[in-house]
Amino acid sequence: MPRLSRWFVRASLVYFVAGFTLGAVMLTLKAVTWPQAAGWLMTPHIEFLLIGWTVQLTMGVAFWILPRFDGGRSRGSAGAAWLAFALLNVGVILAASEPLFHGAGFTRLSGRAAEASAVAAFCLHAWPRIRAASAQKRER
Amino acid sequence: MPRLTRWFIKSALLYFAVSMLAGVAVSAQGVMRLPPVVAALMPVYVHLFMVGWITQMIFGVAHWMFPRVAKESADRVQRLALVTYVTLNVGLLVRAVAEPAFALRPGPVWAGMLILSAGLQWISALAFVATAWPRVRER
Repeated sequence: MPRLSRWFVRASLVYFVAGFTLGAVMLTLKAVTWPQAAGWLMTPHIEFLLIGWTVQLTMGVAFWILPRFDGGRSRGSAGAAWLAFALLNVGVILAASEPLFHGAGFTRLSGRAAEASAVAAFCLHAWPRIRAASAQKRER
Repeated sequence: MPRLTRWFIKSALLYFAVSMLAGVAVSAQGVMRLPPVVAALMPVYVHLFMVGWITQMIFGVAHWMFPRVAKESADRVQRLALVTYVTLNVGLLVRAVAEPAFALRPGPVWAGMLILSAGLQWISALAFVATAWPRVRER
């Protein structure tokens, strides 16, 4: 597994535990009929699990297993994928921290913008790697 | 494909189908009169899909495809993966019953089951990360 995939996957595991911990706290608060206290945990719970865990894990595994160039020696524009990693994590933290700023829309907006930029950067990296096996064989 | 991966993936497929049916039931509320329990199914629908299907599918594929650990750690990883499977599924099934029941008739029994479900699913997350973390390596 290449270094960037290890960063993506480890970060996704951290968000996974954080998201499940928040979920367990929310479910417990619901059971003790104090659900309103759990309300502000909902935003980070969803953000951590949907983007931080599933999207980030998918990107990490895709960077690892998509077809390579130069007979398997190159994964193409790794810079764009590293940029995606940085932007995605900044985005998740910003969007998830919105309740700390009393619902300030700017935090969520900037987080979403960073996440969207991360996706654009990742698509830029991954697009040329999605090709037929015959193209790989010709390179060899 | 290892045996535990087959359990994870087959269970994930079952949750996928059941969560879709729950989604149909929740959506049908808008067009027909259904028992009140259907209204309480929304969080169950979301979690059967996200935890039972998506997360469990990831667990199964990761157990299969991530780089292997050294032979001396293999038994420990296998035991933790089994703990992950059991706690995730028992926790999710308890939730699927207790959450709508608690919404309709709040009481200490259902509340206790919700807390049990929260604890089991949390343990499954910790157990999965304990098995996956050492396998996130170069080869």
